Amino acid sequence: MSAHSIETGSGGGLVKWIDSRLPIFSYMQKEYGEYPAPRNFNYWWNFGALAMFLLVTMIVTGLWLAMQYTPHVDLAFDSVQRIMRDVNSGWFIRLVHVNGGSFFFIVVYIHIFRGMYYGSFKAPRELLWMLGVIILLLMMATAFMGYVLPWGQLSFWGATVITNLFSAIPLVGDSIVTWLWGGFTVDNPTLNRFYALHFLLPFLIVGVVGLHVVALHVTGSNNPLGIEPKSQQDTVPFHPYYTVKDSFGLGVFLVIFAAVVFFAPDFFSEPENYEKADFLKTPEEIVPEWYFLPFFAILRSVPAIWFVEAKLAGVIAMFGSIFVLFALPWLDTAKVRSGKFRPIFRWFFLIFLVDCLLLGFVGGKPPNSPVFESIESFEFIDLGRITTAWYFIHFFIILPLLGRFERPLPLPDSISAAVLGSHSGGGPAASGATAKPMEKA
Amino acid sequence: MLGRLQIAFVGLAAMVASPMVGAMAAEAGKAREPTELEWSFDGIFGQFDRAELQRGFHVFNQVCANCHSLEHIAYRHLSGIGLSEDEIKAIAAEVEVTDGPDEFGDNFQRPGRPSDPYRHPFDNEQQARAANGGALPPDLTLITKARPAGPDYVHAVLTGYGEAPPSEFEVTEGKDYNPYFKTWTIAMAEPLFEDAVEYADGTEASVDQMSRDVSAFLAWAAEPELERRKQTGFVVVAFLIILAGLLYASKRQMWAKLH
Repeated sequence: MSAHSIETGSGGGLVKWIDSRLPIFSYMQKEYGEYPAPRNFNYWWNFGALAMFLLVTMIVTGLWLAMQYTPHVDLAFDSVQRIMRDVNSGWFIRLVHVNGGSFFFIVVYIHIFRGMYYGSFKAPRELLWMLGVIILLLMMATAFMGYVLPWGQLSFWGATVITNLFSAIPLVGDSIVTWLWGGFTVDNPTLNRFYALHFLLPFLIVGVVGLHVVALHVTGSNNPLGIEPKSQQDTVPFHPYYTVKDSFGLGVFLVIFAAVVFFAPDFFSEPENYEKADFLKTPEEIVPEWYFLPFFAILRSVPAIWFVEAKLAGVIAMFGSIFVLFALPWLDTAKVRSGKFRPIFRWFFLIFLVDCLLLGFVGGKPPNSPVFESIESFEFIDLGRITTAWYFIHFFIILPLLGRFERPLPLPDSISAAVLGSHSGGGPAASGATAKPMEKA
Repeated sequence: MLGRLQIAFVGLAAMVASPMVGAMAAEAGKAREPTELEWSFDGIFGQFDRAELQRGFHVFNQVCANCHSLEHIAYRHLSGIGLSEDEIKAIAAEVEVTDGPDEFGDNFQRPGRPSDPYRHPFDNEQQARAANGGALPPDLTLITKARPAGPDYVHAVLTGYGEAPPSEFEVTEGKDYNPYFKTWTIAMAEPLFEDAVEYADGTEASVDQMSRDVSAFLAWAAEPELERRKQTGFVVVAFLIILAGLLYASKRQMWAKLH
C-alpha cells in the first residue's frame, strides 16, 4: 500500500513529483501510517509518544525563552523575573518550560521502567535500548545546565557541587574542574557555556531520538506479552489505531500537566531558588532537582573503599548506576521477555521500583537525621547505603540468577490468540506446555 | 574567592568528615513553624483582595520601604493592586529620581514617573549595611516564594517579636529574638507597632492586621500573574478535559472494529 497509495492515491501531482525525488511522503506513510504495531499495547506504551511531545514542547518554549533571557551573572535572575512579569505570556511559556522539565523526567522514567518490566531491551532490541540510555544521559546534562540558568541560590550552588564532583578524578580532577568552569569558581564564563550547551543538547537529543525511532522500526515494537507478532492478525497499522490511542493518552496527560502549570506551578521547585545566587551565602541544604535525587542518594551513600576516597567512590557509583543500564540486555539473561510470564521477576521488579523510589526519598533528606523518630541510630545515610547496595545487587546478582533459575509461565501461541481468546480456534491460549525461548521474528 | 576544597559538598562532608554537621544544621535551622493563615488567594479559586493589597502596599510604602527594596516592581505595576493611573502617578511623584544626562551632560533630579522602578532605599549594599548595623535588608519582591511557608512566614516574622528567649539562648547585642527567623536572632528591629500607619479605608491598624496586609501585598509582588494564571487555567483545563473525552470516544469507536 505504501509507495503505491502515494502514487495512485490522494496525493496530487506535486506530492508525486516530490516523492519520486525525495520519498518523505512514502516514508511517513510507511513508518507512521502502516507501521505494523502489535495490537495489544496497553497504556504504558503511550509514554514514548508523550516523551516526544514533551521534547518538542521544551524546544519550542525554550526557544521563546531564549529570546528574552540574558545569560549574564548580573542580569540572568532579573531577566527571568522580567519574563514572568513584563513579557507577554512570558509567565506561561516559562511555567510550561520549568514544569515540562519535571514532566519530561516523569514520562521518561515511566517509559524506562515499562521497558524493564516487559523486557523491551532484550534481543534484538539492545541497540534501541542503549540509544534510549544515551537520550537519558543527554537529558540529564541538559536539565542540569538548564537549572543553572535562572541563577538562583540552588542554581549556583548546585552547579558548584556537581561540577566539583569531577575534582574526584585522580591527578587531573582539579584541572578539569577549572576547565569546566572557565575560571576558578562558577561564574559568568560558566553560565555562558552552560547556556550555549543547554541550547545545543536538545538538538542532539532530537538526533538520537531519530535513531531510537529508526532502531524501533527495524525491530518492531515489543508488546505486553513479549512475543513477536507472527501474522497480520497480531498487528494493526499504527495509523489510525495508535495515533488515536496516543492522542487520547496525550489528552489525559495534558489535563494533568495543565493543572500543575496553572494551579501549582511551584510544585516541583525549591523555594530557595527564588533567591538570587550569592557567592558568600551557602544554603543549608543543597539539593538537586527531584529527578536527580536517586542518583544524589547513591553519590552520598558510598563510603571510602580501600584506597578510593569516598567522594571518588560516590562519583563512580553514581555514574555506574546509569551506565549499568547499557549492560542490562546482557545482565537480564532470561529468555522470556515480559514480566507477565516471570513469576519471581515480577516481585523483584516491584522491589527494585520501591528501591528506586526510596533512593529518591533518601536523596532529599539530610543524611545524618534518623529515618524513624523512635530509632535514633538508623539514619538516612544507612537507608541510602542499603538501597544503593540493592540497586546494584538487582542488576548484578538478582537478574543473572533469575535468568538461570526462574521457571517462566507458558507463553501464549500468538498475540491474537491471547488477545482474542476463543476466537483463535486451536485450543486455549496457554496450550504450550512449557515456556519456549522467545521466537525470533 | 572560594577555594575549591573549601566548598562544602554538604552530604559528603557530613558523612566523611563529621557526623555532627548534619545534626548542627538541623538544630540551628529549627525555626518555629509559622501559623497557617487563610489567604484570599489560596486554592485554585483564590484571587487577590484589592483592598487588602492596597492596605498592604500602604504599609510597605510607609514602613518596609525605608530599608527593603522591591527590585522587580515598577510603579506602573501597581495597577495590578487596583490603583488608578492618577493614584500611581501621585505615588511615583513622591520620590525624587536622578535622571540624565541632559543636553549639557549633567544629571538632574526629577519627580518619579510610573515607568520608574520602585524606589531603592539605599544606593548600594555598603550603604544599606552601614545603616543597618552590618546586616543587609533583603529584597522582598520574591520573599513569599523564597520561603516554604510563603506569606504565613512573613506574617509570622512580623508578629513574632516580644517573646522572652529560652533561658539558654543568648541574643546578640543589638539584635532581637524572633523564633520564626531561622537563626532566632534577627537584625531587623520590631518594625510594626499599633497604628504605625493610618489606613484610608478606616481599618484598624493593629500589628496583626498590618502584617497580614503587607504579607498579602508581598504575595502579589512575588507573582502578580497569579490571577491571570488561574483564570486561564480554568479555561484550558476545561477545554482539555472535553478534548480528552472526545479523543476517548474516537479511540473507542476506532478500536471497536477490532474486538
